Amino acid sequence: MSFNIGEFISSIFDLTAGDYLASVWGTEPWVSVVLDILGILIVATIPLLSVFFVGLIERKVLARMQDRIGPNRVGGKYGLLQMFADVVKMLTKELLVPAGADKVAYFLAPVLSLATSALLFAVVPFAPGVIGTNLGVGVFYVLSISSVSVVALLLAGWGSNNKYALLGAFRAVAQLVSYEVPMILSLLVPIILASSMSTMDMVEAQAIPFVIFAPISALIFFVSSLAETGRSPFDLLEAESEIVAGFHTEYSGMVFGLFMAAEYMGIMFMCFLFSTAYLGGYRFFGLEEIVLGNGFQLGRLLGLFITIFKGALVFFVFMWLRATLPRLRIDQLLNFNWKFMVPLMLMILLTVALLDRLILDYIPQVGEAGRAGIHFVSNIIIGFAGLEVLRRSARRQRLRHNTTSPVLAVAENEGAPIYVATEVEPAHDHHGHDHHGHDAHAPVPAH
Amino acid sequence: MQSEWQFIVLFVVIAPLLAVAPILINWLLGPKKPNPIKQQTYECGVETVGDAWVQFKVQYYIYALVFVIFDIEAVFLFPIAAAYGQLGLFAIGATVVFIVLLADGLLYAWGRGVLEWI
Repeated sequence: MSFNIGEFISSIFDLTAGDYLASVWGTEPWVSVVLDILGILIVATIPLLSVFFVGLIERKVLARMQDRIGPNRVGGKYGLLQMFADVVKMLTKELLVPAGADKVAYFLAPVLSLATSALLFAVVPFAPGVIGTNLGVGVFYVLSISSVSVVALLLAGWGSNNKYALLGAFRAVAQLVSYEVPMILSLLVPIILASSMSTMDMVEAQAIPFVIFAPISALIFFVSSLAETGRSPFDLLEAESEIVAGFHTEYSGMVFGLFMAAEYMGIMFMCFLFSTAYLGGYRFFGLEEIVLGNGFQLGRLLGLFITIFKGALVFFVFMWLRATLPRLRIDQLLNFNWKFMVPLMLMILLTVALLDRLILDYIPQVGEAGRAGIHFVSNIIIGFAGLEVLRRSARRQRLRHNTTSPVLAVAENEGAPIYVATEVEPAHDHHGHDHHGHDAHAPVPAH
Repeated sequence: MQSEWQFIVLFVVIAPLLAVAPILINWLLGPKKPNPIKQQTYECGVETVGDAWVQFKVQYYIYALVFVIFDIEAVFLFPIAAAYGQLGLFAIGATVVFIVLLADGLLYAWGRGVLEWI
């Protein structure tokens, strides 16, 4: 087969360029290396460049949710070039290294952070047959790579020689390490249902999206992916009102930009992973299998758009939550994880594992829809049972410490919420100088 | 297939370069005028007191220990989940026992009050 420029361009448009080049170039060893390098450049640089748009979209959407306009000056009406302007600014800033910093750790951290975020995209199935590499252990690869980013954060905090950075890094490690557990467990559910660790097989197995099989598990995965990417309400690691900027307090210029890019790439990846594992990835009612008469793989192109659409949908919820929820406290955060999400997820995992085997062995005639229905019902039951246990223990706890919140305690005892208007007593001053105009709780100067 | 992992190996080599390139560009384009005041560690405007490399709270360490239980569990559970289609009911039962034994570790830690943030 000889190279034909027309066919090559057409193959780019229906995302089969890799197959086309492989068929033209033959099967020599160097061909696979060149194709892999081309694939890597595409897989790594497109997410990196789309950070410009994702960042802008987030700023615009957040602004609208907070009744602002957001970036609207640079690059026309919608501030389209705002992020490019930001990057140019970052690139021309001085590369500052704080005094006493550990230089190796200080510069290794952002590099490691971005590299791991980029590496994650190797196993995202974008469209049928369009994937960096279809690893047999895809999900396992994702988990092992994403746990390296914890090391990057710890290096950043430790290397900066700054107390805020170090506090942020400690929090980051505690949070990321804790929330990795429910994330691992909730990824095991789609693996069991698809009976494969490969992300591609997982999508192929979802004639019915797994979110219908296991909605509670999907929810737990979503919450832990919020925590893993350090998004609000889990943004303790860079809580700006408490510890300045957390682990990247001392970073400026492009070195900070790399952390930001890594964060956005991590978020994009988590959105894609959620849509791959639970929302059916590129599948949408057989739309991804369309092939036009002249061999043009329209389905692949549509599959790409479906993937991006589903990812964008999840990302919108990420932004929505950021605009809505306040930040958690670290003890609440860790308690919620270890005492609620992990036990609940273990229960769900056990039920799914047992139930699926029983269905497949004894009642295979219910078919895919029946299987989905049974799993759905069992999942919802476990979810509500978990919430009920949580509610009761919370009530017990409130009754035990009812001194701290009289309003809630009264409501619990009477069985109905009652609004208790607390009378504010006038500030009492020892010397009778009541109307000095200061705050009632301010210390009174000695006379 | 060796070619699947060839992609990953090449990627591991290329990915850090993607991150090093912007830092190099920044180093070339940015001004280089360091001075002691500029390089001070940020501490809300006041002068830095002492070193940042302090002892950290033991609580973080304990959470890491509990995490190890589940990390090991995951390593064993992944192959089981991937081979789920070929497993019989007996094997699934054994897996359930395995998960319950590890959940016992969590309950133990919970009961000992390790999971309380002090």
